[in-house]
Amino acid sequence: MEASTKRGWDGVQVVAGNGLLHRRAFLRSGAAVAGAMMGYTFVRSAAAEPLKDDPWSLGMGAVSPPLQTPSRFERDVVRTLSNPNNELRNSHARTPHHLLNGTITPNSMHFSINHSGLPDIDPEQHRLVIHGLVRQPLVFTVESLSRYPMESRMAFVECSGNSAPMFSNQPVQATAQALHGLVSCSEWTGVRLSTLLDEAGFDPKAKWVIAEGGDALALHRSVPMKKALDDAMIGLYQNGERLMPGNGYPMRLLLPGYQGNMNVKFLRRLKLTEGPAMSYYEGKIYSQLLPDGKAYRFHFLQEVKSFITHPSFGLKMNGPGYYEISGIAYSGNGRISRVMVSADGGKTWAQAALQEPVHSKAFARFRAPWRWNGGPAVLQSRAWDDAGNAQPTRAEFVAVRGETKKPVTNLLAFPNQHYNSVTSWGIGSDGEIKHVYA
Amino acid sequence: MSTLKLVLAFVLALVFGSGAALAQTPRLGKPISEADIKAWDIAVMPDGTGLPPGSGTAVQGARVFAEKCSPCHGAGGKGSPLAPAPLFGGAPLTSGIDTPKTIGNFFGYSTIVFDFVRRAMPFSQPRTLTSDEVYAATAYLLWLNKIVGENDVMDAKTLPQVKMPNRDGFIIRFPDRI
Repeated sequence: MEASTKRGWDGVQVVAGNGLLHRRAFLRSGAAVAGAMMGYTFVRSAAAEPLKDDPWSLGMGAVSPPLQTPSRFERDVVRTLSNPNNELRNSHARTPHHLLNGTITPNSMHFSINHSGLPDIDPEQHRLVIHGLVRQPLVFTVESLSRYPMESRMAFVECSGNSAPMFSNQPVQATAQALHGLVSCSEWTGVRLSTLLDEAGFDPKAKWVIAEGGDALALHRSVPMKKALDDAMIGLYQNGERLMPGNGYPMRLLLPGYQGNMNVKFLRRLKLTEGPAMSYYEGKIYSQLLPDGKAYRFHFLQEVKSFITHPSFGLKMNGPGYYEISGIAYSGNGRISRVMVSADGGKTWAQAALQEPVHSKAFARFRAPWRWNGGPAVLQSRAWDDAGNAQPTRAEFVAVRGETKKPVTNLLAFPNQHYNSVTSWGIGSDGEIKHVYA
Repeated sequence: MSTLKLVLAFVLALVFGSGAALAQTPRLGKPISEADIKAWDIAVMPDGTGLPPGSGTAVQGARVFAEKCSPCHGAGGKGSPLAPAPLFGGAPLTSGIDTPKTIGNFFGYSTIVFDFVRRAMPFSQPRTLTSDEVYAATAYLLWLNKIVGENDVMDAKTLPQVKMPNRDGFIIRFPDRI
């Protein structure tokens, strides 16, 4: 084990075990470690081949299409589907986090869960009604809402069943997409819900808003008025364009930091009430069992979480040397304040760099330079938010929330809900990456 | 404005808070009456608010289930490849954190059954059952779970009074957020 702050690899500062380097080791602005860079030299690989013009640089290229799609060489960068034949049940499409980078999820790859298929909604016919404990029930159209004062904000949306395979008592071998693909992050643009509630005039007796979608299930969830009047939004645009059908076209409820299912898609009705509806989704699916047989009700929050996307299961190590460890951190409680990274299974930690700006209730991209010595390593990330919450280790999490008694074999199953512990990727001397518990 | 109207406006402002009387918004929402919202206003609350007229028993519900529900949920709610989970029974909730949840071992309120059957079933033809059929199917599902008798009449008055076995099995996770 290398000692903390030891100089290694030709003078670059090693700050934690198994080759983790200072987070600013390769940044131009890293004055703090400039001294450590003195005398740094790369060990060069074999000389590159001589350069020549390639065929695509010697003729007219293809037409620029009205709606562009990724290069044909990126065909494998797609969502994975749980119900590709649209059988009469729910369907999940998971974001390929291990093949993406940055903090925004492209709209074509935003995760999507639909409990009764995708409704084909005509935006001119769609209506949103606000009623119940209001002075005047009101109906809004896409056109009328589009004339309201708008705001844009970054926000992640996460299914509360995301990462559920990690409830397994044995680590399942799966990509970050399979484990954590039910979370995505976008810039959402829309109208503050409080503006519309003000216009309808709400009775102080109203403590809940029942939000309902225009899909076949008319899926409904109860939202506290506290949240509705805080930062709730009627989302109309996603990363600059109208919502994708799978993300709620033409309008959805956006409740930053709250469990995905509450962010009701295809939103058509908001009813203000004194009590909650105790709907199927809040009364069954999203009330998660605890080891003593009791169940949490109204969990709401997606708590602080992080996971490493590079390197991770499904990717290959290409020999010893320099790698950037990179991943995603987020919290429904606010901003990510700190991410620590370990290469020795949590024995020693190095602080990762956070990509600025770090938005509240949104993805923060963390990065940490690492020199892999070619030996066994266990990579972990652990996040903190600015409300002071720490992401639990798996041992800490399981002690409270439990795990399955038998290994989970169906990766598409949801043994339970609201899993947010540390993820560990074990790297072998052969460069193979496995999901491990450490 | 008459004195009566002024008083009424003042009372309304008190009741509905400052948001109602003072908020400046573009006011592009179109007024609608609760009567015109009725077709969408289908949520049934745990105290029974929202339950429609009508009634049904488990005996009647067995016929509804066989015709409308068993194609997916199997004969007697035993499950089928389309919807494998049985609709009754279930292990004690202390059996593990992944114990399958059923009406009998998990649901806190009988109204959840009525509400979900009415809004979402049959899966390929939601909201096509009559209120009597929904009451009967609900009675049948409760009977399958040994919660009501086969001739107990379920209606807007009796259904919310059915006490579910796991009624008190829940902990509010973040009470300060409500």
